[in-house]
Amino acid sequence: MKLARQLTAIENGELEVEETKGLIVAITGPPGVGKSCLVDGILHRLAPATKVAVLAVDPTSPLSGGALLGDRIRLSVLDDDSKSESIYVRSIATRSSSGSMPSIVKGLASHLLANSFDLVIIETVGAGQSEMRCAAVATRIIVVEGPSRGDGIQAEKAGLLELADLIVVNKSDLEGAERVVNDLTISLTLTNDAPPIIRTSAIEGEGLDELAAMILSLEERTSSRRARARQQLLMAHENILILNPAFDAIIDRMCEEGIGVEEALRNLDE
Amino acid sequence: MGARQRIVIAKPGLDGHDRGAKVVARALRDGGHEVIYTGLRRTPDQIVRTIMDEDARFVGLSSLSGAHSHLFPKICNLLREAGLTDVVVFGGGIIPEDDRSPLFAAGVRAIFGPGTPSTEILEFVESASQRDCGVGSQDDWHWGD
Repeated sequence: MKLARQLTAIENGELEVEETKGLIVAITGPPGVGKSCLVDGILHRLAPATKVAVLAVDPTSPLSGGALLGDRIRLSVLDDDSKSESIYVRSIATRSSSGSMPSIVKGLASHLLANSFDLVIIETVGAGQSEMRCAAVATRIIVVEGPSRGDGIQAEKAGLLELADLIVVNKSDLEGAERVVNDLTISLTLTNDAPPIIRTSAIEGEGLDELAAMILSLEERTSSRRARARQQLLMAHENILILNPAFDAIIDRMCEEGIGVEEALRNLDE
Repeated sequence: MGARQRIVIAKPGLDGHDRGAKVVARALRDGGHEVIYTGLRRTPDQIVRTIMDEDARFVGLSSLSGAHSHLFPKICNLLREAGLTDVVVFGGGIIPEDDRSPLFAAGVRAIFGPGTPSTEILEFVESASQRDCGVGSQDDWHWGD
């Protein structure tokens, strides 16, 4: 209970924590591709030998500020008493952050690592091609893809795939998965430090043993170091903006008084 | 609008009807709260574990199967045993009038039946968040008192 309360304090900006080094793995990919089910499969295999914490991020409504956090529903591993003691799951709303990864996740992950968790998994919101903010927090990135998500040119496009330390093609039980693996493999032959690609079926269990074994010893792609540093800087900068006490009041003035973006920026600088 | 609360919406017991729970979850979301939905057929232990892990201040229990008089007080007791005495418990679904007093006595602070306007549930959350009415409180206040 104490840990959960401390995490709330960190989330609300009432408790600052020092950075703790450790394994923080982001699992990201488009909505509905099977991220939550894969996390469940991984937890079933790693617990109880490995203590794992999951930070499951879902979006905050831009209109009401509320959120519906539903990632726990898929985690059947929590019903297994022999494993649930070594697992902690926390649902996180994106709140005021502009991207898919609120900056407080870094503090939450550090605190969990400092409290004897061996691994922190961040399950991101459903991510598009260019949502790379998870690189600011995670030490390793797993990108999940699936069949029937477009033609071969999708595999050639720049973006999130370039930051992956591992690519998982999930739903391998469905038609088309093999083609996605082929498209990605061909695309990655032109890359110097191509990440491994594995096929999984979260529903039938294919590839999950392999995925769980790989997650603890994934190598970092050296080519993504610069991108990580860039995302860290962007996140820190955005945080300064969001924490500016005048931030919400200026947005109100933009809506109600019609002040422009440039004037709003000047007001924030004052 | 009141302060943002973390609220677990739970379906205890063998009851597969979750339209009501989803409508309430959605209304609370639109009211600016963070709602964690447990999914169907959860045990009291699983629900309490979720409330603890998620550090929720409120839990809404939905039951349409007739088992409320057993399940709701059990969850209240487990919350007290776990030291989660500041969690506010409310309920909804098909709860006959005669069953309500014992539930209030067990620590449930509001019962919302069919037809309750969603604004009323938001008003309850705001009122309850301003008073010491967690499941361990001696205060015998309940909504509609």
